[in-house]
Amino acid sequence: MSGVWVWIENSNGAVAAISREAIGVARTVANELSEELVGLVFGHQVSDVADAAFDLGVDSVIGCDDPTLAPFRVQAVGPLLAQLVQEREPSVLLLGDSTRGNDLAAWVAAELDAGLVTDAIELKVEDGTLKATRAVYANKLLSTAFVTQGLQIVTLRSRAFPQAEPTGGSGSAEWVDAVVAEDEIPAKVTGFAAKEGGVSLTDASIIVSGGRGVGGPEGFAPVRELAEVLGGALGASRAAVDAGWIPYEHQVGQTGKTVSPDLYIACGISGAIQHQAGMRGSKIIVAINKDPDAPIFSMARYGIVGDLFQVVPALTAEFKARLGK
Amino acid sequence: MKVVVCTKQTPSTTAVFSIKNGIVSWDDPGGKPNVVNPWDEYAIEEGIRLKENHGASDVIALAIGGEESKEALKTALAMGCTGAILVSDDAFAGSDAVGSARIWAAAINKIGDAKIVIFGKLTIDDNMGVAAMMTARKLGWTPLTFVSAIKSISADSITVERLLDDGKETVTAPLPVVISVVKEINEPRYPSFMGIRKANRAEIPVWKAADLSVNGGTGAAASKVDWSHIFAIPPRVGSVEMIEGDSIAEQVKILVDKLFEEKVI
Ligand SMILES: Cc1cc2nc3c(=O)[nH]c(=O)nc-3n(C[C@H](O)[C@H](O)[C@H](O)COP(=O)(O)OP(=O)(O)OC[C@H]3O[C@@H](n4cnc5c(N)ncnc54)[C@H](O)[C@@H]3O)c2cc1C
Ligand SMILES: Nc1ncnc2c1ncn2[C@@H]1O[C@H](COP(=O)(O)O)[C@@H](O)[C@H]1O
Repeated sequence: MSGVWVWIENSNGAVAAISREAIGVARTVANELSEELVGLVFGHQVSDVADAAFDLGVDSVIGCDDPTLAPFRVQAVGPLLAQLVQEREPSVLLLGDSTRGNDLAAWVAAELDAGLVTDAIELKVEDGTLKATRAVYANKLLSTAFVTQGLQIVTLRSRAFPQAEPTGGSGSAEWVDAVVAEDEIPAKVTGFAAKEGGVSLTDASIIVSGGRGVGGPEGFAPVRELAEVLGGALGASRAAVDAGWIPYEHQVGQTGKTVSPDLYIACGISGAIQHQAGMRGSKIIVAINKDPDAPIFSMARYGIVGDLFQVVPALTAEFKARLGK
Repeated sequence: MKVVVCTKQTPSTTAVFSIKNGIVSWDDPGGKPNVVNPWDEYAIEEGIRLKENHGASDVIALAIGGEESKEALKTALAMGCTGAILVSDDAFAGSDAVGSARIWAAAINKIGDAKIVIFGKLTIDDNMGVAAMMTARKLGWTPLTFVSAIKSISADSITVERLLDDGKETVTAPLPVVISVVKEINEPRYPSFMGIRKANRAEIPVWKAADLSVNGGTGAAASKVDWSHIFAIPPRVGSVEMIEGDSIAEQVKILVDKLFEEKVI
C-alpha cells in the first residue's frame, strides 16, 4: 500500500476552499510518509480543476470526466473511488468534511470495510499512522483517533488547516472511465437552489454573531453591518433563531454550525455551553455584552462591557475608517 | 409501509464531563444525565409524521446499546412511535462505525418490510455523522443524507430536499431509502401525557447477536479504529483582556488596534 490520496471537491471548474486545505494537509502527510501525493478530480468538464490541483502541489492526478459525476452523487462517485482504491491500494485517503466529503468518505469506508475517522481538527503522523485530534461529547472533550489497519480514511474539518498555496506546478492527469452508467444510478437530482449571497459560516475567517441581546429582527442590522464591513459572515445564537429574528442557517452552536474563524465577535450573547460548543475553536473571540458577568467573557480574548447598540456601530465606523471603506 | 427511526441515548447538552484514566463520566447540574441525542428528535418526529400524513403503518424506534438506551426508546414511544426495539449484546460493544452499520443493517432486515429508515445527522457524543450513509451501503439502499424536507412520497419513490454546504438540492430516488435529517426539517413535538404513560408500560423487546444475522464482524475485535484516548480540552491560554476607556470611541479604537496586531483582520 502506498500513496496519499486527496479528494478534490469542485464546482464550476474551481477547487473548493475545503479541498485547498485538504491538499495542504495531504502534502505534509505525503512528505512525512515519503509517498506520492495523488489528487482525485471527479466531475464534468474538470480539466481546469486538474490543472489547479497540480498548481496546488499534488504530484499526480487521477481524473474522471463524465456527465454522471456532476452534480455530485455518492452513488456515482462512491463506486468509482472504491474501485480505484481496490486496484491501486493507496495508504491514505483524505477528504474535506463538507456535506459531500462526509458522504463520500462514509460510503467508501462502508463499501471497502475500511477504518474511518471524521472531522479531524489536527493531524500528525506517527510511525506511518495518521493520528487525528477530533472533538467528541458535544465538542466538550477531545479524542485522538486513528485507523488501526489497512487504508486510513480521514476527513478534515473546514478551516482547521491552512490552505495549500499555488506552487506553479503543472502536469498531465491520468483520465479514467466512470464505473457506473446513468441508468444504474437510482438517485436523480432534479433541482438545485444555490445559497444566496453572503459568506458561508463554515468558510468564514471572520464571524460577527448576535444573540438575544439584539432584541429583535431589526437589532441584527448593526451586527450585519459590522460583518459586511469586515467581509465576514453573520452568526446567531439559538435564542435569536428560536425567536424568529434570523433564519436557522445562521445558528452557531451544538445544534447549529461548528465554526472556527480567525475572529469571532459575539454581540449580546451570554455564552451558554451549547453556544460555546460551536465556536470554541475560534482563534480570537471578542465579546460585547452589557453584563460583566456573562460567561462569554471567560472564553473571550477581548471584552467590552457595554450596550451593543452603541459599541457595535462605533466599531463599524472605526473599521470603516481604518480599512478605507 | 414500515418506517424505522434510529435513535441513541446521549449525555444531556448541559452535562459536565470528567475523565479519569481515559473513562469519561458525566453528570448534569439540571438532573437530566441522558437524553435522546438532540439530532434524533427530528428523525423521530419525521417518522411519526410519515405515519400521520403519508400512511406509514408502523414507526419503529431502533437503538443499539445497553439497557439504559431503553430510556431513549421510551421517549420515542411517548412521542408517538408505534414500536421500539433495543439491540443489545456484549459482542457488539466497541464496534466502529462500519461495525455498527452492519448491526443496523441486520436489525433493519429482521424488522422486514421497511421502506424508509431515518437517522439523525450526528450523535453528539461520538460526533461521527456517518451512520445513515454506511447503513444504506450495507443494506444496498439509496442514501439521502442532510434531508431538510420530504417533498413527496409515492408507493415506490420519494423526493426530498437536501441541505448541502452551498445550497439546497432536490433529489428523487426509488424506495427503499435510508435518510438522515437536519434540524430544518421539522419542529419535534413534546411527548404527551398519555404517550408517557403508555411508553412507561411498554415492554421493549431486546434482540441479541444470536437473533440477528450480521454480515461481517462486530465489536472491538472487528473495529479498525482506535478512539480510546479521550482528554479534556486544554484551557484557553491567557485570560480575557477587558478593554476600558473614557469613551466608547476610545474603547473601540484600542480594540481595533489589538485586532490588527493579532493579524485577524
Ligand atoms: C438541546 C439544546 C441545544 C442548544 N443548541 C444551541 C446552539 O446550537 N446554539 C446556541 O447558541 N444555543 C443553543 N442552545 C441554547 C442555549 O442554551 C442558550 O439558551 C442560548 O445560546 C442563549 O442565547 P443568547 O446568548 O443569545 O441569549 P441569552 O442567554 O438570553 O443572552 C443574551 C445576552 O445578551 C446580553 N445583552 C442584552 N442586551 C444587550 C445589549 N443591549 N448590549 C449588549 N449585551 C446585551 C445579556 O447581558 C445576555 O448576556 C441549546 C439549548 C439546548 C437545550
Ligand atoms: N447506538 C445507536 N443506536 C441507534 N441509533 C444510533 C446509534 N448511534 C448512532 N445512531 C444514529 O445514527 C445517527 C448518526 O450517528 P453517528 O454516525 O454515530 O454520528 C444518529 O443521529 C442516530 O440516528
